[in-house]
Amino acid sequence: MELLQFTDKGIWCAAGDFYIDPWKPVQRAVITHAHSDHARWGNQYYLCEQTSIPLLKLRLGADINVQGIPYEESIYFNGVKLSLHPAGHMIGSAQVRVELNGEVWVASGDYKLEADGIALPFEPVRCHTFITESTFGLPIYRWEPQQQLFSRITNWIYENQQAGKTSVITAYSLGKAQRLLFHLRDKVTRLMGHGAITNVNDLLIAQGYPLPTVERITPETPKTAFKNAVIIAPPSADDSAWMRRFNPYSLGVCSGWMQVRGHMRRRNADAGFALSDHADWKGLLEAVAATGATRIYATHGFSSVFARYLSEKGLDAREVSTAYGDEETITNPET
Amino acid sequence: MVTKKLLLTRKHNTVQQFAQLVQLLSNSTKTNEKLEALSQYFATAPDKDKTWVLALFSGRRPKRTVNSTQLKTWCMQATGLPEWLFNECYGTVGDLGETIALLLPPRSHSASHPLHYWLEQLQQLEKAAEPEKQAFILQTWDTLDDNERFVFNKLITGGFRIGVSQKMMVNALAKTYDIPAATLSHMISGTWDPAAVTIEALLHQSTSGADASRPYPFYLAYALEETPAGLGPIEDWQAEWKWDGIRGQMIKREGQLFVWSRGEELITDKFPEFSLLTDTLPDGTVIDGEILTYADGRPLPFQTLQTRIGRKNVTRKQLQEAPVAFLSYDLLEWEGADIREKPLMERRTLLTQLVQSQQQPALLLSPEVAAASWDELAQIRGMSREQVSEGLMLKKRSAPYQVGRKRGDWWKWKIDPYTIDAVMIYAQKGHGRRSNLYTDYTFAVKDGDQLVPFTKAYSGLTDKEIAAVDNWVKRHSLEKFGPVRTVEPLLVFEIAFEGIAASNRHKSGVALRFPRISRWRQDKPVTDINTLEDLKALLRQAGGQTE
Repeated sequence: MELLQFTDKGIWCAAGDFYIDPWKPVQRAVITHAHSDHARWGNQYYLCEQTSIPLLKLRLGADINVQGIPYEESIYFNGVKLSLHPAGHMIGSAQVRVELNGEVWVASGDYKLEADGIALPFEPVRCHTFITESTFGLPIYRWEPQQQLFSRITNWIYENQQAGKTSVITAYSLGKAQRLLFHLRDKVTRLMGHGAITNVNDLLIAQGYPLPTVERITPETPKTAFKNAVIIAPPSADDSAWMRRFNPYSLGVCSGWMQVRGHMRRRNADAGFALSDHADWKGLLEAVAATGATRIYATHGFSSVFARYLSEKGLDAREVSTAYGDEETITNPET
Repeated sequence: MVTKKLLLTRKHNTVQQFAQLVQLLSNSTKTNEKLEALSQYFATAPDKDKTWVLALFSGRRPKRTVNSTQLKTWCMQATGLPEWLFNECYGTVGDLGETIALLLPPRSHSASHPLHYWLEQLQQLEKAAEPEKQAFILQTWDTLDDNERFVFNKLITGGFRIGVSQKMMVNALAKTYDIPAATLSHMISGTWDPAAVTIEALLHQSTSGADASRPYPFYLAYALEETPAGLGPIEDWQAEWKWDGIRGQMIKREGQLFVWSRGEELITDKFPEFSLLTDTLPDGTVIDGEILTYADGRPLPFQTLQTRIGRKNVTRKQLQEAPVAFLSYDLLEWEGADIREKPLMERRTLLTQLVQSQQQPALLLSPEVAAASWDELAQIRGMSREQVSEGLMLKKRSAPYQVGRKRGDWWKWKIDPYTIDAVMIYAQKGHGRRSNLYTDYTFAVKDGDQLVPFTKAYSGLTDKEIAAVDNWVKRHSLEKFGPVRTVEPLLVFEIAFEGIAASNRHKSGVALRFPRISRWRQDKPVTDINTLEDLKALLRQAGGQTE
């Protein structure tokens, strides 16, 4: 029997009797990161990287039964050795390494290779079988180095300020928003945010993360406060009545999907920035190569394309279907 | 607006200025912003670039010297990607020029040239051998960033889908040069070569000395959404049938005859029927009308006209089976004078006299439809299909002939389309704004226990519905044939169309005119969709023959 199997509940380790990121309730769930398509409600027992605990509780309720372990530390289930390794996707995001009788599998969860300054950077883990995400598994997805991208974002903000417009940026509230805030922290005088953003931000500041404070926007916030401010909102606020109060404003969307013009036009954004917490095509290939794995399972995203490409390069690669998506697609059906 | 100005002036005199304009135009959803950006561009760009931009955005694309297949092949060579992977990328991006721009490795160095430099270089490639073309394209790609590459590729393949209408461009130029939009529109119409003409020459010529072939911009109507009672007394309005042919302009100047289509294409040679008019029409005459296939006092179905479109050489057989006539609507120039400002009733009187004096079977008057009341007119409208017409046109008798699509004086009052409930069986990804979304569907009707595909339709759903259907398609695909997915036949849509004709090229035996999705019938099960027999009944009703 395979060490990890793809079942209708999730990725299952029969020998250790645990599931990785199950999408149906199970007894024991190992969670790669706190996004809702990976960390779902209703499991009896959760195991995650320790810095992920407050985020998991924020998302799933304070009463969940959760245990945290630090990166690189091993824990055993029925003789199956399990450890978590930085995935660089967001705070607490982990790749799950599973080992039994010398055979090693790694399930990547979501990951990116570029160090974003907030999450612990991705570390490749040697294994025989690698289960990799492939959200952006097409060669058209090639991310611009973040320094360059953030300087384009700051320029756009300055131009808006000169034109007397408020800059509204949409970014996924958990992960992307913190990355953005961290990089804007000394570039912007006034940062304001939607409640979904400030909730997470306040929590993380309390945990000691070097994030700037973000003023929460309430119905009482005077309109004059928005002038020259930079406002961070979740993608779901896009086009809503909530947004109208910022007029005149310019809307910038931060998402890997912004790489393609058609997507940007659909969002009615004034500016699109292809900022993603997922690996781009080159990143996926590098990550796969660094594991040394000879067998690859590609899940979510352009999995069939990515698996076919790897097969043509001589790897035993196949596509598996899971219930994971891309956190932005889940909260915003427009993508 | 300061933002846009900054963006546009930063990289002066280079193709980047144009690339930024394109980016701005394609991102913006606000007409005013686009107008401002264009007008800014025309105020600051090098003169030679302006003429090219005018040409590019008004459909005067330069001749292609490099084709799409070559671009694709060279990109695959440069990136080492297999063809299937290139095609997957193209399917997702929905635009070849953009796909290539995204796939190429980052440039090794940068070079700045104005827009006209690239266009002239491209034109010079016309006679060049393939390796020379390839070398030029690869070298150029290597000096451009993603955005400039996209624009460069679009210059080669043509077709900027960036939501700039001719009208918007005219308005922007009118603003920059302080020339009335109507005059300007006329100045830039007709045939001219952007490489040979300067913008100054184009905009400073007086209309009288202009190219003899120059057409006037067409006046276009909006659809009437309410009942016509709100338009006031019926006596103030002239009603005509709305013909389904090719809107055209017939021009006789300096002893020559020119026929233009609404797409500003010169189509004189396609219709030898009109050549007799060269001798009989007086110089300085411009008539607005509809080109129709016409026999025995009535138009033939649009499909007959299609046998004449797209053919340069017309056979005797075609001339007999599909004879063409020009049904005149309006007179725009008379005895060399622009009479568009005169009220319709005066123009109509002159037009009637002119057409009657000609006594030519190829030049007819589009008749007025007389009615004593709006109710009576509504009844007459109900008989449009018997007239091979799409409904009625209502034109205010006191109105001038305007430029472009304007509300108020002209209305089209079309009859309701035919509708058929059908099931979606194939889906394909769209282009442009709809790239990477399944938006192009093929529909089928029932024939016993079989499903027979009968039409494709693209438009008609809201963005929300498109997102929902796209999501559904991704989860209910049965098979994949290249870009096409076969889906479970479960989603029912109402398909509206304007006409139906027999066709031996389609499995269903019918071809539809202007099919589109009119609504998503989430209330209707697949068992209740229409049948092939229902389609054939419509065909018989429309006067077409089934095989």
